[in-house]
Amino acid sequence: MSVFAIAPALPLHSAGKYVAGAYIVFVVVILVYVMIMAVRLSRTERALVELGRDIARRDEGEPETLAAAAAGPGAGERPPELDREPAPAGRPGDTPL
Amino acid sequence: MPTYGKGLRGLSILTLVTISAALILVFFYAPLDANQGFIQKIFYIHVPLAIVSLCGFVFGGLLAVMHLRTGDRRYDMRSYVAIHMALIFGVAALISGSIWAKASWGHWWVWDDPTLVSYLIVVLMFATYTPFRFSIEDPERQARYASVFAILGGAFVPLNFVAVRAAQGLVHPRVLTVSGGNLPGPMALTFLISILGIALLYVTLWKYEMAAKNARIQLRALRRRVLGDEDISPLQRTAAPSL
Repeated sequence: MSVFAIAPALPLHSAGKYVAGAYIVFVVVILVYVMIMAVRLSRTERALVELGRDIARRDEGEPETLAAAAAGPGAGERPPELDREPAPAGRPGDTPL
Repeated sequence: MPTYGKGLRGLSILTLVTISAALILVFFYAPLDANQGFIQKIFYIHVPLAIVSLCGFVFGGLLAVMHLRTGDRRYDMRSYVAIHMALIFGVAALISGSIWAKASWGHWWVWDDPTLVSYLIVVLMFATYTPFRFSIEDPERQARYASVFAILGGAFVPLNFVAVRAAQGLVHPRVLTVSGGNLPGPMALTFLISILGIALLYVTLWKYEMAAKNARIQLRALRRRVLGDEDISPLQRTAAPSL
């Protein structure tokens, strides 16, 4: 006969703590996993914010780059495209001919 | 690139409902065991965790086969996450089993039972999977060798199961047999719902982790595209697959 089969049933007051322990282990393992995933998620979110900031900085830097490029070959002269009048806004449905 | 977050919300709700139903059945419906009494309630968490973890190792092995067949590194990632999750479930099964052993047999661990020792061997073997990956620097080689490891490990699980069944002198009881098991109706139903809940939890967490990894990979690719290669710090040596 196996040890398992002859083992007497534990009374409820002492069995309860073992059953609670086993189920708490399960919950704790899941919670630890969710906590680790939360840390990783916040890291991804931070990286996403950083990327957004980098893109914004790059977009702000672009007009400066254009001005610097224009000042390069003929310093002091404004590039002709900056002197040109802005084109009037076309009506919806207008097509360039 | 596939999106793993699709259907995750519905799956999470289904998992939550199934696990809640299983807990209600365990504590309010399933009768007390004649021999073990209340302590037998651990069975409904310990056995599903052990079965799902073993299936997870086999699943990881099958995905590794797909990786070697197709050369698609995404299968390596899936295999890695499958084994990683199965290992977490395996550790939970070992701890809950130990608590049950202490309550039933008076010992935290019994070394002369093939079921316990063989399960420990499987878990310890897969515990070396991550350090093994980390030891290989080249990502291509790492993925290939890890797949071979996962296939061998995955094949070891059913072999191990058969070997344990063939062994004599079991202390650990046999619950599931070819003839359908020895559980009465209410206990069998509770057990089935429990195993379904744990299996759904495994799938949910696998998808959750895949979605998180996929998001990080896509973020890095986007960063490289926007800022150029020189602004991206090179990947550090890691055990996790990098696409």
